[in-house]
Amino acid sequence: MNTPNSTSTYPHAPGFVAGDRPRIVTSRFEYADSYTLERFLATDGYAGLRAALARPANEIHDEVKSATVLGRGGAGFPAGTKWGLTPQGVFPRYLVVNGDESEPGTYKDRLLMERDPHQLIEGCLIACYAAGLSQCFLYIRGEMALAQERVADALNEAYAAGYVGKNILGSKFSLDIILHWGAGAYVVGEETALIESLEGNRGMPRLKPPYFPAAIGLYGQPTIVNNVETLANLPWLMLNGADAYTAIGTKTSPGTRMVAVSGHVKRPGVYEIINGVTTFRDLIFGEEYCGGIRNGNKLKAFVPGGGSAPWFTEDQLDVPFEGQQAGAAGSMLGSGAVMVMDETTDIPAAALTLTRFYAHESCGKCTPCREGGTWLERILSRIVDGKGTDADLAQLVEVGTSICPGDFPHASSTRLGLDAVPFPYKMNTICFVGPSAYAPINSALVLFPEDFAARVTKRSMIPVTAVRAES
Amino acid sequence: MARLSEENVRLAKEVIARYPRARSAMIPLLHLAQEQDGYVTNEAMAHIGDLVGATSAEVYGTASFYEMFKFEPVGKYLINICGTMSCALMGAEDLMHHAEHRLGVKLGGTTDDGLFTLERAECQAACTEAPCLQVNYRYRFRVTAADFDALVDDLKAGNLTDEVPAHGIVARVRQQIPVDRGVGAVPPEDVTEAPTWMAEKAAL
Ligand SMILES: Cc1cc2nc3c(=O)[nH]c(=O)nc-3n(C[C@H](O)[C@H](O)[C@H](O)COP(=O)(O)O)c2cc1C
Ligand code: SF4
Ligand code: FES
Repeated sequence: MNTPNSTSTYPHAPGFVAGDRPRIVTSRFEYADSYTLERFLATDGYAGLRAALARPANEIHDEVKSATVLGRGGAGFPAGTKWGLTPQGVFPRYLVVNGDESEPGTYKDRLLMERDPHQLIEGCLIACYAAGLSQCFLYIRGEMALAQERVADALNEAYAAGYVGKNILGSKFSLDIILHWGAGAYVVGEETALIESLEGNRGMPRLKPPYFPAAIGLYGQPTIVNNVETLANLPWLMLNGADAYTAIGTKTSPGTRMVAVSGHVKRPGVYEIINGVTTFRDLIFGEEYCGGIRNGNKLKAFVPGGGSAPWFTEDQLDVPFEGQQAGAAGSMLGSGAVMVMDETTDIPAAALTLTRFYAHESCGKCTPCREGGTWLERILSRIVDGKGTDADLAQLVEVGTSICPGDFPHASSTRLGLDAVPFPYKMNTICFVGPSAYAPINSALVLFPEDFAARVTKRSMIPVTAVRAES
Repeated sequence: MARLSEENVRLAKEVIARYPRARSAMIPLLHLAQEQDGYVTNEAMAHIGDLVGATSAEVYGTASFYEMFKFEPVGKYLINICGTMSCALMGAEDLMHHAEHRLGVKLGGTTDDGLFTLERAECQAACTEAPCLQVNYRYRFRVTAADFDALVDDLKAGNLTDEVPAHGIVARVRQQIPVDRGVGAVPPEDVTEAPTWMAEKAAL
């Protein structure tokens, strides 16, 4: 127990596998004391901040814009562009850091907070300086005790040493960073729910529009919500410049990103991969990454971007980590979470673990999600228990369609002669939790119909009126 | 079973002062209450309401949304076994069955001696280390049945008190903002201007 990934070089960071690749956000992970101020300062720590403060704020904002730092929280929206969406002349503006990491399969922000909290703090400082944000709230998931302790320690060190607070590094830049932690609710990761929670309310997503909290967010003020990993990129970017950043990866997807690969692979782990370039085949089968499927088994399917993402199969292995290509193939990259299923997987049961998650995490604000999610879970449980009928299969699709009207995105399949339906979907709900309850079911039904056919009994529908007549 | 202690009221006031609006301190104060009593009592919720300017019903309204807050006593050790996809693929169901047997309670139950509460949990952001669990929010990775038994034995024997505090305590480190270093929170309506550094050629 407590044994780290046996192939991981660094026993104190379970899950993380370094490898011989460019490292923007995980460069300190091999040090046992990577989370201390001492180690941080010995390895270029706060040098990016110093470089930023020596230039005008708008220039720093421009630099981040030209680097196209894509958001790592799920939507992939460029950070520099997002900061520019705050209305002119409206102050105060806030930064809320999204450290609520809880999307199934996702494991990277916790590592960044535990292993290199000062890097995150430095990223927050740079963002606030560039975008004129006057207070920062660092919202960490409630269940992450060690991350909270490491960030608290780091903040205490940074305040005492003059890196956070009044007149940072003796400059005109002053900023408080307030550590805040949640109390267990997945949906709070949605940015408007995060803001509600930070205001002391139930963490329910807000009705859109306004679409971006950048316009109306915390206390009704312009608010930037950024993911932990997004902000962790900024110190490196300040030190090395946008040209160096865009030299890694591709034009539309520059830099690196952290991806957690879990499930039936030989070497599950968290890898810093090259954006836009590394493919799913590299990651799942490459010797420097996961090294293939366990026990020499065959790959059956994989979830490419967190529990909400439609599934891929071997047909999509050559898709790179690039948003548009993943979207055209019928899914999304989401939060950098790949979950791999081998040929022994019970597909309906695997889908159920995700549908149950989203049904359980529904905040209850919209009917299709609140009712539909639990309904889907009940039907699917019945099928998994061997008590389902073919009418249940039709019912799954009907409930799914009431959450997401129209064709739901899915991957192509040469085996079944199917074309892809590209991402995204239409939805009848406020946020993505409702659709996410259906996404695994749709993937499973479309890509593995035989796994369901074998599980249900045939039963022709008895018309309701006939039943009534008898009773 | 109580309102917040004097020391906790002092801490609460410090926390409240960090936010532009007091109500934002609601969840941090609920954690403080749970830290004090092991669960969130009605008296504590009323007290928190007084401190942040909300009714106790509003405090309960917020608190009841969040999984971590308990409104009646739970075991000293809350064991959360992850049952989401990556852990399920790696045998979480078997682990849960084993845990139920070993502790003699169903998921959601508490042992008669009040030591353990067992729960099914959702993804814990440790998916590569499946199946995993948390005991009072401290992780155990790649847990086998034997590992589980050893954990229970160790907890019972008091071998892990340094690593695993009693239920209610999450982080053991508090943020401290030295008076002379903090900028201080300002209600949003009292700010209309851009921060001063925005107009400068450089801050340094
Ligand atoms: C249901 C739901 C859960 C989410 N959970 C998270 C999360 O845990 N962490 C996160 O950074 N973003 C999460 N997001 C995305 C956020 O809404 C937001 O897009 C993101 O934090 C913005 O940061 P970025 O632009 O830096 O990626 C979630 C979105 C939805 C709809
Ligand atoms: S989709 Fe579900 S979780 Fe999202 S706002 Fe609606 S009810 Fe809440
Ligand atoms: S699925 Fe268990 S930790 Fe993520």
